[in-house]
Amino acid sequence: MEELIYTPANFKSDQSVRWCPGCGDHAILNSLHKAMAAVGVAPHQTAVISGIGCSSRLPYYMNTYGMHTIHGRAAAIATGVKLANPELTVWQVSGDGDGLAIGGNHFIHAIRRNIDINMMIFNNKIYGLTKGQYSPTSDRGTVSKSSPYGTVEDPFIPAELVFGARGNFFARSIDVELETTREVMIAAARHKGTSVVEILQNCVIFSNGVHSRITDKEVRADRTIHLRHGEKMLYGKDMNKGLVRDGFYIKAVELGKDGYTIDDVLVHDAKLPSNFLHQQLAMMDGETLPLAVGVIRDVDSITYNDAVSQQIEEVRAKKGFNSLREMILAGDTWTVE
Amino acid sequence: METTDIKVLDKVVVRFSGDSGDGMQLAGNIFTNVSAGVGNQVSTFPDYPAEIRAPQGSLSGVSGFQVSVGMNVHTPGDKCDVLIAMNPAALKQNVKFLKPGGVIIVDIDSFKEADLKKALFETNEPFKELGINAQVVEVPVTSMTKAALADKGLDNKSVLKCRNIFALGLVCWLFDRPLEAAIRHLQSKFAKKPAIFEANREVLQAGYNYGHNIHASVSTYRIETENPQKGVYTDINGNTATAWGLIMASERSGRPLFLGSYPITPATDILHELAKRKDLGVTAVQMEDEIAGVCSAIGASFAGDLAVTSTSGPGLALKGEGIGLAVIAELPLVVIDVMRGGPSTGMPTKTEQTDLMQALYGRNGESPLCVLAATTPTNCFDMAFEAARIAIEHMTPVILLTDAFIGNGSSAWRVPEASEYPEIHPRFVPESLREGWKPYKRDEKSLARYWALPGTEGLMHRVGGLEKDSDTGAISTDPVNHEKMVALRREKVARIADNIPLQEVLGDENADTLLLGWGGTYGHLRTAANELNAAGIPMAFTQLAYINPLPRNMAEIMSRYKRVIVAELNTGMCADYLQAQFPTTHIDRINKVQGQPFQVSEVVEKVREILGK
Repeated sequence: MEELIYTPANFKSDQSVRWCPGCGDHAILNSLHKAMAAVGVAPHQTAVISGIGCSSRLPYYMNTYGMHTIHGRAAAIATGVKLANPELTVWQVSGDGDGLAIGGNHFIHAIRRNIDINMMIFNNKIYGLTKGQYSPTSDRGTVSKSSPYGTVEDPFIPAELVFGARGNFFARSIDVELETTREVMIAAARHKGTSVVEILQNCVIFSNGVHSRITDKEVRADRTIHLRHGEKMLYGKDMNKGLVRDGFYIKAVELGKDGYTIDDVLVHDAKLPSNFLHQQLAMMDGETLPLAVGVIRDVDSITYNDAVSQQIEEVRAKKGFNSLREMILAGDTWTVE
Repeated sequence: METTDIKVLDKVVVRFSGDSGDGMQLAGNIFTNVSAGVGNQVSTFPDYPAEIRAPQGSLSGVSGFQVSVGMNVHTPGDKCDVLIAMNPAALKQNVKFLKPGGVIIVDIDSFKEADLKKALFETNEPFKELGINAQVVEVPVTSMTKAALADKGLDNKSVLKCRNIFALGLVCWLFDRPLEAAIRHLQSKFAKKPAIFEANREVLQAGYNYGHNIHASVSTYRIETENPQKGVYTDINGNTATAWGLIMASERSGRPLFLGSYPITPATDILHELAKRKDLGVTAVQMEDEIAGVCSAIGASFAGDLAVTSTSGPGLALKGEGIGLAVIAELPLVVIDVMRGGPSTGMPTKTEQTDLMQALYGRNGESPLCVLAATTPTNCFDMAFEAARIAIEHMTPVILLTDAFIGNGSSAWRVPEASEYPEIHPRFVPESLREGWKPYKRDEKSLARYWALPGTEGLMHRVGGLEKDSDTGAISTDPVNHEKMVALRREKVARIADNIPLQEVLGDENADTLLLGWGGTYGHLRTAANELNAAGIPMAFTQLAYINPLPRNMAEIMSRYKRVIVAELNTGMCADYLQAQFPTTHIDRINKVQGQPFQVSEVVEKVREILGK
């Protein structure tokens, strides 16, 4: 077993946690403390940046550097933190409203640039802190305070946005699966570049049970699949179901039925540069195909912060100046004696 | 042979005008640099359309560049002594800027019937139609340019692109400017295109020779110079000066410079310049929008950089919420607003002073911050430095207002030594306070909180947009605490007054009347005050650069004069701001909102009207 330099307690602040009893955020916070301890970056080298919303209260519960900022802007602020001090490990915490509605622009552009931050999106398909309005991830027809007759618009699927923005890391977990959450958070922290982790989170007050058709104990094993790099894509209570190729698509089969054997089952390769298969895996919704949790895509590529500092170094190596005056004097000047 | 009539002047104003694709800005810039190089003071005013390439020859596509060179130059001049018009549209749009007795130089090759039609002339006699009775020098610029380049093997388009330099050559002859200096500028401009450089050099000489050969028909000028302070000089526009002032502040504070920005006219040149300054280690990033510009800067500030965002009025509106975060989180942040005509998209390339109220009050809640305004192109350097110094030493956002006029205008500037600027002292957590330190503990004198940089052991803390307990720094909704924090933030900004210079009064200090302006109108108002004093109307003059807080002696100044005339390029924002603070002062107003700077003559006239003199 790895020896931990830090324990989860090192990352807990002295503030009392003020989320509702039963809120999924408690479990996620717990997993985050554990993940940070496992990653082993010191609390003073860690910054947690959030926007606005229930999930965005999280930095107050961390004994790290932290900013609880303004609605939707966490990704842009985290980008500035990381550029100014690339030594820091920077985490961003947002909800589906904060990250994908008001903050949607910053979300896609942070991913496009590949700034090395770890983005946690707590997806409960509702605005909780403003007391129950539909969000950009609410299913069509969702009845909420701002949609009393049901919504008449389709939701974003966060993963699809991540791939559309050319994301190189996407993982998913469920609030109640503490171990999976910890596992994907550690992978996100170790990935260089923008890591997006979607955590299906239950709001006990305004969207209680919104994920239950997938996450309920009785159905979860058959409606979700835990993907692990290098392992067969197997799932089900008895691990007797698997994913196989079906032309351009994927289909779910039962081993031993219709002539399918373990050899037909796909092996998960999170490191594939092409995102074609990753996208299909991430879009599985728990209906005909199981919803994927775990690390779906984890591909290395140069980070924005590295590219920014490398370019500065290159320019300075070629024609750097030691002072403003030196730079100006190298240009067009004249002397008055 | 007749001798050329030589006029000796202490300053002249030249206006280059043509199609926006004619290279008038380049010709004007080279003339400016050459003049500054021979020791003239210079002040420029590029007046260009928002359209990058409006239809050729049309009235909307006219681009102008006015420059004043000589002694006691504080403005680009109300009107010009010499107008260069490369086509009928340029003539039509610019003849109003010509002084009585001025000279017009036109490219007569571009005054064909079709050209006149494009400029909506109704007759074939443009000069008569415009009622021009000035001296018009008709120069075949196009055909002379073609002739000069006949054997160069250039295509027609490249040949025509050299017309501006023919005009420049002619103007250089007219004002006795050394061609070698102009050639040096062409060489650096076309360093990567030797054939184009050669062509332009040829044409420059041809223009100069043409002037020499027709010299009997027009007078030439000798412009007086004064002896400026010894040192190395360069020509600098306000936006570049702003960028360089920030770099100086980075050198004097030891904090790396970070710019998070988004393209917007007329502020983008600040982003351009700082993006180039990777050679000095500057991090300048173009973000996805204005909000991300300010937010990335706030993140960089939290992490310990000298953090800046640059924009114009519409962008400042978008940044408002972010700036409010910097107010409550008490982080150093410099926001540059290069003001332009508004509201909304307004007149993006034109100048105005209409963002003062937005800068002072354009945020939700009680969110005071420091507001500064630069007065001249070169003063942008000093005020950008000041904005950074105040932000860092007082842990507050600072908005620096410049404008399109001084941002694009340029002057000769003596390159300073770093030691001419004070050291800036970041307010890191002192060793003595580290035990039991809390994020909202303050320095008693300035009331600034301390800057605890991420990465430092033992100082982990959280800041954010929610109100905090004044003692513990934890979230607080306690009513009394909130009122205390509101008062603390206000008083912190007020105490910046202890760390800025006193307001200076120029002109006739003992006059009954004070002419007061702020920001980029300095040159025009100062010249107007000088003219009034010269005309026997005693006038004191002062120009505000520190607007919030005001300098400590402002109350005394405002009570000293019988009347204060506040002149500004809006409908009275600074006058209202001052009247609210000094209710017993009699304030008169001079306002202009045309997207154009003041003219000295109109200020003089309006002051006379107000005084009945």
